[in-house]
Amino acid sequence: MRILTLIRQVLDAEETVHIRSGEIDLNGSKLVVDTMDEYGVEQALRIRDSGVDVEVVALAVGPERNQEALRTVLSMGADRAIHVMTELALDPIPLSKVAAQIAQQERIDLIFCGGQQSDWDSHALGAATAERLQLPQVTWVSALEVHGQTLTGRHDVDDGSEMFSVQLPAVITTQQGLGEPRYPTVPNIIRAKKKELRIETLDQFHVDLKLNVLGAAVQAKARLHKILDGKDAPAAAAELVELLRNEARVIP
Amino acid sequence: MILLVVEHARGNVSKSTYEMVTCARQLGREGPVTALVLGSGIMAVVNEVALLADQVLVSDRADLAQYDSELWSAAVAQVASEGDAHTILIGGSRSGREYSPRVAVKLDAPLLEDVISVTAEEGTLSAERYTNLARVTERITARAPVTVITPKQGAFAAAMPGTHAAEQFDVDLDLTARRVQITEKSAEKFSRISLAEAEIVVAGGRGVGSAEGFRNLVDELADRLGAAVGATRAVVDAGWRPYAEQVGQTGKTVQPKVYIAIGISGAVQHLSGMGRSKCIVAVNRDADAPIFKVADYGIVGDVNQIVPAIIAALSR
Repeated sequence: MRILTLIRQVLDAEETVHIRSGEIDLNGSKLVVDTMDEYGVEQALRIRDSGVDVEVVALAVGPERNQEALRTVLSMGADRAIHVMTELALDPIPLSKVAAQIAQQERIDLIFCGGQQSDWDSHALGAATAERLQLPQVTWVSALEVHGQTLTGRHDVDDGSEMFSVQLPAVITTQQGLGEPRYPTVPNIIRAKKKELRIETLDQFHVDLKLNVLGAAVQAKARLHKILDGKDAPAAAAELVELLRNEARVIP
Repeated sequence: MILLVVEHARGNVSKSTYEMVTCARQLGREGPVTALVLGSGIMAVVNEVALLADQVLVSDRADLAQYDSELWSAAVAQVASEGDAHTILIGGSRSGREYSPRVAVKLDAPLLEDVISVTAEEGTLSAERYTNLARVTERITARAPVTVITPKQGAFAAAMPGTHAAEQFDVDLDLTARRVQITEKSAEKFSRISLAEAEIVVAGGRGVGSAEGFRNLVDELADRLGAAVGATRAVVDAGWRPYAEQVGQTGKTVQPKVYIAIGISGAVQHLSGMGRSKCIVAVNRDADAPIFKVADYGIVGDVNQIVPAIIAALSR
């Protein structure tokens, strides 16, 4: 079996977002593999660890620095990586075109993608990739098992969760609940340096950008900061309820 | 035409549908607002929607009793193509955001995902959306003959129903069998109200101490206020609550009228899921907890004393 994990390099959640001339500027900020994508890598490695004959291939599309993210994933244990190099910011719909073509070329059986990308706050990449490949998809998966050609597990839906069953090939989008991503060990970091990281150019994929980003802004909402001392609990509680009812008017 | 796919649950039209109608009417694009209802045994939904839309298209069939991303995207793309829809509105729910990218690919259309505003000017749609864990507002434009839009839940006001019922038409669809089999469904009863739709959310963090503490403090207060229940990642990891209740980077994003955080310190991953709430209230023992930096109101104190006192005060 061959598994493709889609990797996004994003701003570390602990970092401040810097905007310069109306654009997000990542220079000098700590960048990491998107947490949601790490769950996919971990799941792929667990399937391999369970004794199934699996090759784990990681794919990233973006500027040169994405190779750091791919090296991290190789250090976690992925077998090889593909980097489609571009300075263009692709939204998920054209990006899925690249992912789908790579999946086809590599004869992929199973694709993992984060449930939400933490830079676009988007859910679209996994689904769009599945559609281009005419594959079924299961999103927001929190538990997964492989039995031959069948995947079973649990995933979240609008009003709860469901147990599902689907045949490979398929696309799975991940979330917390799957196994916690492992940290790269020193021997694995050394080993990863020798693993294949193939670089491709974007032009062969014929993507068509239909969205433009005009500008970005950080607008922190002004907060009232009316913080009460709770030493006298009944008095503080009564005052808070009064404020919420009659000043903020947000509770009945 | 503007095609709007109706979200409904248990025989009722969801709030997101009313919000999509407002989005469609404010858009500034020509053409009737056409509602598409997919499901099985959906007459009540159709009648409710008829008071909102200019016309209603209905596909009432047994194989649509349960949502499926492939069936839904195939149905919407067929109706959109046959009806020459230039704009397609799909709900900002999890399911809507799951099948809308498939519709966009099928129609070779751009996807304006989870937008908080959108307006048309000649052939171009301009929209705003949150990015980077809801910390940034980006302005984007799309210029294409067909565009798919998912409006963010809660970002648009709910439309008022009219008194005239729009005409209804049955549509024939060519659908294949579903490939994802659902073997068991568990509606998480923990949250009585959908987190995404709730006007009041009461959420608990590690500071509530235990699963029992969560029930006694967070559930009790939520019940008293008719609120939905949310939880932090730490609480979910500890197994005190189900994943479905998690708010934050790896959970759900909510934007209620008021978010009441009990025993939550306010890590950035949690703030990204609730930082856009209109009013934030925090109860926490630690006066330096980051949650107080984003709070409108709060009490510094022991949640085990403060929360029961709040519940008592609410009854007066």
